[in-house]
Amino acid sequence: MLEIRGLTAAIEDKPILKGIDLTVPQGEVHAIMGPNGSGKSTLSYVLSGREDYEVEGSVTFDGLDLLSMEPEDRASAGLFLAFQYPVELPGVGNANFMRTALNAIRRKRGEPELDAVQFLKLARAETKRLSMPDDFLKRNVNVGFSGGEKKRNEVLQMAILRPKLAILDETDSGLDIDALRIVAEGVNALRGPDFTAVVITHYQRLLDHIVPDRVHVMADGRFVRSGGPELAHELEAKGYARLTAEAA
Amino acid sequence: MPAVNETLDRLQSFTQSGYKWGFETDIEMDLAPKGLNEDIIRLISSRKGEPEWLLAWRFKAFVAWQAMQEPHWAKVHHPPIDYQDIHYYAAPKKKAGPRSLEEVDPELLKTYEKLGIPLKERAILAGVENPQSNVAVDAVFDSVSVATTFRKTLEKAGVIFCPISEAVREYPELVRKYLGSVVPIADNFFAALNSAVFTDGSFVYVPKGVRCPMELSTYFRINARNTGQFERTLIVADEKSYVSYLEGCTAPQRDENQLHAAVVELVAFDDAQIKYSTVQNWYPGDAEGRGGIYNFVTKRGACRGVRSKISWTQVETGSAITWKYPSCILQGDDSVGEFYSVAVTNNRQQADTGTKMIHIGRNTRSTIVSKGISAGRSDNTYRGLVRVLPKANGARNYTQCDSLLIGDQCGAHTVPYIESRNPTAKVEHEATTSKIAEDQLFYCRQRGLSEEDAVNLIVNGFCKEVLKELPMEFAVEAQKLLAVSLEGSVG
Repeated sequence: MLEIRGLTAAIEDKPILKGIDLTVPQGEVHAIMGPNGSGKSTLSYVLSGREDYEVEGSVTFDGLDLLSMEPEDRASAGLFLAFQYPVELPGVGNANFMRTALNAIRRKRGEPELDAVQFLKLARAETKRLSMPDDFLKRNVNVGFSGGEKKRNEVLQMAILRPKLAILDETDSGLDIDALRIVAEGVNALRGPDFTAVVITHYQRLLDHIVPDRVHVMADGRFVRSGGPELAHELEAKGYARLTAEAA
Repeated sequence: MPAVNETLDRLQSFTQSGYKWGFETDIEMDLAPKGLNEDIIRLISSRKGEPEWLLAWRFKAFVAWQAMQEPHWAKVHHPPIDYQDIHYYAAPKKKAGPRSLEEVDPELLKTYEKLGIPLKERAILAGVENPQSNVAVDAVFDSVSVATTFRKTLEKAGVIFCPISEAVREYPELVRKYLGSVVPIADNFFAALNSAVFTDGSFVYVPKGVRCPMELSTYFRINARNTGQFERTLIVADEKSYVSYLEGCTAPQRDENQLHAAVVELVAFDDAQIKYSTVQNWYPGDAEGRGGIYNFVTKRGACRGVRSKISWTQVETGSAITWKYPSCILQGDDSVGEFYSVAVTNNRQQADTGTKMIHIGRNTRSTIVSKGISAGRSDNTYRGLVRVLPKANGARNYTQCDSLLIGDQCGAHTVPYIESRNPTAKVEHEATTSKIAEDQLFYCRQRGLSEEDAVNLIVNGFCKEVLKELPMEFAVEAQKLLAVSLEGSVG
């Protein structure tokens, strides 16, 4: 599903990713852990097509040369990024935004667009499933949302857009334990042979709810360790500094 | 409602690229020679079959105009305008006088069809008539009004809606009483010019206690080369009446600039309400700033009666230069003035627009919401005046001016004047300037939207407070216009 080979990224000549190799087979959930500034968010931005970086290496997604594609084409190919800091769009209704996005993607795939009624039916069902209040759909995109609400809104969008590959960038940060459980349930509900995910997190606690197939530890723009879900526990026990030192 | 659907379809088909209203209609024109002098004014007046008093009125305005200077305080630049190089009268040949749709030149009807104006009265009358969304249209082509629909329905309600040239003949007392009563003939350079040479426009009178049963609409179209359009609109709402009026404008695409200097006067008596909406889409010129309409317009409403209300809503996307300040004179106690504006400039367009709210009566209230969107190398200025006179106890004003910048070569300017001479008045002003942020665009694109769709979404969100003030049928048109106007502004 996702093949990353020799990926480097720099911003204004400052290298951030220094050679990333990663294979995520279809249907698996991989966790990426690491201290602040290790390059986790940069990896999510490079994969989703943010233009601020000088990028080298190769990324194959579902057989496509991902790095040559525009961000919107990556989205319609099935890539979704749950933003660490979701962006506010004043005056743009949440439902309108999601319907516009969904229909843009469906149009590109040659699928019929949903009218307002069909969309609202789908959106209400997902909102309910994620235990979000109905007014979520009426409010403006992320405007006046609490940190937790913004993260839940990302998960709602993911549930509606049904990506093949979701990258969740610290979707757990700023969430209380109930919200964390709701977010995790939202992700788990999508799990299956057609859903692949890369979960970026600081903390092991999210991985108690979303149990990953593989865990990768990132430090200074490289993966320093990879392992099964138990690696997250080891990391929690030892801390990043010791684990990174051991790896070096 | 078939006519409106048709309009929307038409607009949708226009939304691919550039200015879609730029075609020219090939019909025989009755064209006055270029230039402005007493003979031309006499010619206009006689073509319209006007009474002597109106010709005298025009001459008075002409004398005043000759002594006036073109104003240069606005933040707009243009080469000098040669007022002797303009045709002041252009009319499709054939007769004037009362006419049915069948008598209208088929070429003209085709033009209006291309523009998507719901002029097909017969079709509507034969089809489903939904009184809530019916729109009566007066269509003005260069200097004359060619067709006014729904006259009979309106007459039944007692509402007068007709070309102003006809009103001069049919309702001379009303016209004489109110014409120039809000915008005096020598009010400003362009108003004086208009008073001397105005050709057509609409007249509306809503009698006491009548709620006008449908939206009234005028469509203005400049067609002939080197002509100016000087329309004059007068709307009088008598006590406890209500009227909603909308004007739309287009022009062909030409390399030279064309002048449009209109005057609109509104009068509202006790408890009357006038809602005046504009969707202005004159040809804006090309990407290098060649051609386009100079839109120098004076619009003013007088809230003469107690608890009267005048509300201006404008969506300004066209014209090379826009110079207009729809204003309210709040004379009646407890009267209300509102101004909701979206002004979009792209490429080399210049807009200097805003409002004046003059508080004279007690407890008068005004609201100003202005949204300026600048893209390309354009300049967009909000210029507004809130003046509270000594007797306006308890006057309130709230002003909000937001500017949105797209790209880094455009300008947004806010010039608010506040003059309060009453200590009990409350005047609030809020202003913001923002850019469409890279992270907003990226967020939308990550969700699958193209860059242009993302800009449209963000711009429509930015303008929502104003667009919701438009009658619903036109709000959709306005949204599409915004999209067309901003095409190519990113990337």
